[in-house]
Amino acid sequence: MPITNTEPIDPKVYHEMGLNDEEYKEITRVLGRHPTYTEVGMYAVMWSEHCGYKYSRPILRLFKKYREAIDGAGLENAGIIDIGDGLGIVMKMESHNHPSAVEPFQGAATGVGGILRDIFTMGARPIACLNSLRFGPLDDPRNRYLFEHVVGGIGFYGNCVGVPTVGGEVYFEDCYSGNCLVNAMAIGIMKHEDVAYAAAHGPGNPVLLVGSRTGRDGIHGATFASVELTEESENRKSNVQMGDPFCEKLLIEATLEALKTGHVVGIQDMGAAGITCSTCETSAKAGTGMRIDVKKVPVRETHMTPYEIMLSESQERMLAIVDKGHEDEVMAVFKKWGLQAVVVGEVTDDGLVHVYDGDDLVAQVPAKSLADEAPTYYLETEEPAYLAGLQNYDLSNIPEPTDYNEALLKILGAPTIASKRWVYEQYDHMVQTNTAVLPGSDAAVLRIRGSKKAVAVVTDCNGRYCYLDPFVGAQIAVAEAARNLACSGARPAGTTDCLNFGNPEKPECFWQFKRAVEGLAEACELFNAPVISGNVSLYNETPDGSIYPTPAIGMLGIIDDAEKRCTSEFKDAGDVIILISGLRYDSGEKHSVCELESIGGSEYLKTIHGIVAGRPPMLDMSREKHVHDAVLKGIDKGVIKSAHDCADGGLAIALAESCIQGGIGADVKLTANCAPAASLFAETQSRIIVSATPDNLGALREIVDDCKAECTVLGKTGGHDMRITINDVEVVNVPVTDLESCYQNSIPNMMA
Amino acid sequence: MKFGVVQFPGSNCDQDAYFAVRDVLKQPVEYIWHQSTDVSGFDCIILPGGFSYGDYLRTGAVARFSPVMNAVQEFADKGGRLIGICNGFQILCEAQLVPGALIPNNTLRFKCKYVNVKVANNTSDFSSKCKPGQVLSIPIAHHGGNYYCDSDTLKALEDNNRVLLRYCDAKGNVTEEANPNGSLNNIAGILNDRGNVAGMMPHPERAVEPILGSADGVFILGSIVERLES
Repeated sequence: MPITNTEPIDPKVYHEMGLNDEEYKEITRVLGRHPTYTEVGMYAVMWSEHCGYKYSRPILRLFKKYREAIDGAGLENAGIIDIGDGLGIVMKMESHNHPSAVEPFQGAATGVGGILRDIFTMGARPIACLNSLRFGPLDDPRNRYLFEHVVGGIGFYGNCVGVPTVGGEVYFEDCYSGNCLVNAMAIGIMKHEDVAYAAAHGPGNPVLLVGSRTGRDGIHGATFASVELTEESENRKSNVQMGDPFCEKLLIEATLEALKTGHVVGIQDMGAAGITCSTCETSAKAGTGMRIDVKKVPVRETHMTPYEIMLSESQERMLAIVDKGHEDEVMAVFKKWGLQAVVVGEVTDDGLVHVYDGDDLVAQVPAKSLADEAPTYYLETEEPAYLAGLQNYDLSNIPEPTDYNEALLKILGAPTIASKRWVYEQYDHMVQTNTAVLPGSDAAVLRIRGSKKAVAVVTDCNGRYCYLDPFVGAQIAVAEAARNLACSGARPAGTTDCLNFGNPEKPECFWQFKRAVEGLAEACELFNAPVISGNVSLYNETPDGSIYPTPAIGMLGIIDDAEKRCTSEFKDAGDVIILISGLRYDSGEKHSVCELESIGGSEYLKTIHGIVAGRPPMLDMSREKHVHDAVLKGIDKGVIKSAHDCADGGLAIALAESCIQGGIGADVKLTANCAPAASLFAETQSRIIVSATPDNLGALREIVDDCKAECTVLGKTGGHDMRITINDVEVVNVPVTDLESCYQNSIPNMMA
Repeated sequence: MKFGVVQFPGSNCDQDAYFAVRDVLKQPVEYIWHQSTDVSGFDCIILPGGFSYGDYLRTGAVARFSPVMNAVQEFADKGGRLIGICNGFQILCEAQLVPGALIPNNTLRFKCKYVNVKVANNTSDFSSKCKPGQVLSIPIAHHGGNYYCDSDTLKALEDNNRVLLRYCDAKGNVTEEANPNGSLNNIAGILNDRGNVAGMMPHPERAVEPILGSADGVFILGSIVERLES
């Protein structure tokens, strides 16, 4: 019996939910009547930017795999990378920015929970988490509070659920002060034949709800994620979900065991928009419909309305479609693990989602309309007015530091650069006994049990570069990720992303988003690391302004022989230090590197001179690839003992880090035509510092030449100090113990 | 000989212990479900690390009432070898199979890192392969690893050589700096009075292969095998 006689919904009500008048009108057209309160709530969450991607969809089509998925196969919860031996790796990254800005502990914790569910809902066992975090400067107590509790929340969830948190990055910039970024990434492993799908096939098949009970937490979480943060956002704490990692651990085991019965037809986790999302998406994917009764949903609070039950974002729940007749068998698995499992409805063949409250029909909506047919908006783009001035800022008169040692230590101690040990010691990064390279090196490396292989995984993005040039900045994020993988001995295999931007309805922001995605799409294809999954987080701004465009990249690479993994620290005294680069560093060269060695956008310029300006460093992607090839070959042939990329802070910082981690000094002689600060601190791209025994130098040179990269001997390891001369003039001479103390104590001192 | 690894809801180092025994020690090993009431046939039982029952109430407080713990208690009373690692150690304390308690780290934060521990008793069933005072490199990962007991208990442990492992520096010096969590007397692991039950906060099962950073855990787990074989 269809729903009839509905009254118009007050525009104030649906505006508050995030729908505009045109969208409401479209809903009435689709339904042929006004929606019920429950229905308008369902549309509001599914058609929010967070769930519906209505603003970002036209831009995401630039990604080849996304285009193919949208036009044909359909998006899954996460993409799959084949690593050989019949195994696939599943990988995804997701944002939880808005919840973390108001309730950092639970916001971050549930971010981890959500991304893990995206992994095991595909039938993969989660094997590692990473996270890419951004906060405002730590001299502000609110930022210290957010940082402390976000890290606490990630540890709370990840440690209990038994998945090692093995890597990530943390940046501190003014623009993130009102709007911190918490991007959680997870990877999982499975045999290809064990992959599970999120489609509700088979009319008549029972639909199960498993996991936690449903409460009032997180209602309209998806809507909250789709608007700017303001002072009144604090009142949105109820929009933040609460996590129970113990329950999630049980859910992981129960889900993987239930999938082994072979009777789970389809399964989807419940994240944003809870039951509404999982029911309409699984139905839409299969071209079927679904009938559910909210009275059957186990609840943990009294007097919950159908609206609340459909919109609740209570964590640790899954929706499973099961072969008819086998529901008891599947439910028994969940019950064995102490979890709720109930039949809440069944699959139908009419393409509609029918929501009953006992005998009352409260919603009747076409699944595809909710899941796939959010309107697409083609927003205006406009290059920001300030950008040209910023890019053309005259950097030729920036004064040289009077004391390079002091400048070096100041940059080394900047929280963005300094050791993140304070962070990662709060994460169990060893559980599951697969972590072959622990946090602190350029990439985390996990061995694949039962095979000779290992995988390396990183996150990367320099938001400041993207602010100065979103296209180049995004490409650098990809290049840097691949470079870090190369330093570990891994060739890139796939990329995931978490695109964090401001308000897309502002043309300058949307321009940043479009340019960044254009940069990413091109770069990922060139590095053979296609984007296989991703997430978009828009509206990251406050009345004080927007965040830097921050397209965070997560990249995975494969190391064919785990024993050949490489790490960043200098290994022995007496080794030769060599720079492998895209550009040649001989001072006699016609195209001197110095013209291109710019301090624009550098940590040096910001930390020492308080300036954020210039263009990001130039990137030549084919030269960058040559450098990666050379390093990968050198590691494979066993002639490279350590490898560390030059990135934030430049050459001097990279050298310092390799000294600190190895506990060995270095004696480095540079020749240069440019100012010393540029030689030391410019963040010129496509550079990797390696070390080798003197005997292997010849072999290494040959490899680098073959790969069409450049090779410059910088000096030797040894002693207790790091010493750098430029054109035979000493500019840096600092004991390694001083470097270490500055690097290791910076963040602990600020957080004491 | 057969090893058993107990699985409580929320245990998450059970698999790690299982693989260490099966693949590195190359010994038969099985999981023991928390609702099992029969542990016959096992020679050594491992209570693994993790967050059994989500650490609800107090870490280990709920697990000690698990159905399997009655059988485990009887097994220990009869002299069976029992080792509790991290959460397992916390459960042993709650069940009073070893004395004392594990309270929150004095830093009040979770800490995961490689530490050095000195073998204080190298004649036990869990350390027979170790040299006196040997320094082992083994990781910790815990929020509540701060060992505490009253002064009489401490005296009994120290006087009767029942401290198994102590946190130390790389050279074997037992210093405050080397203590990651505030434990009394840098205690990282202890034995019961009979010597057949051991509890330790460091994770030997995580240090069983060079690729993981250290294989020193084999000195502990391998001692169990050595003693059971003789």
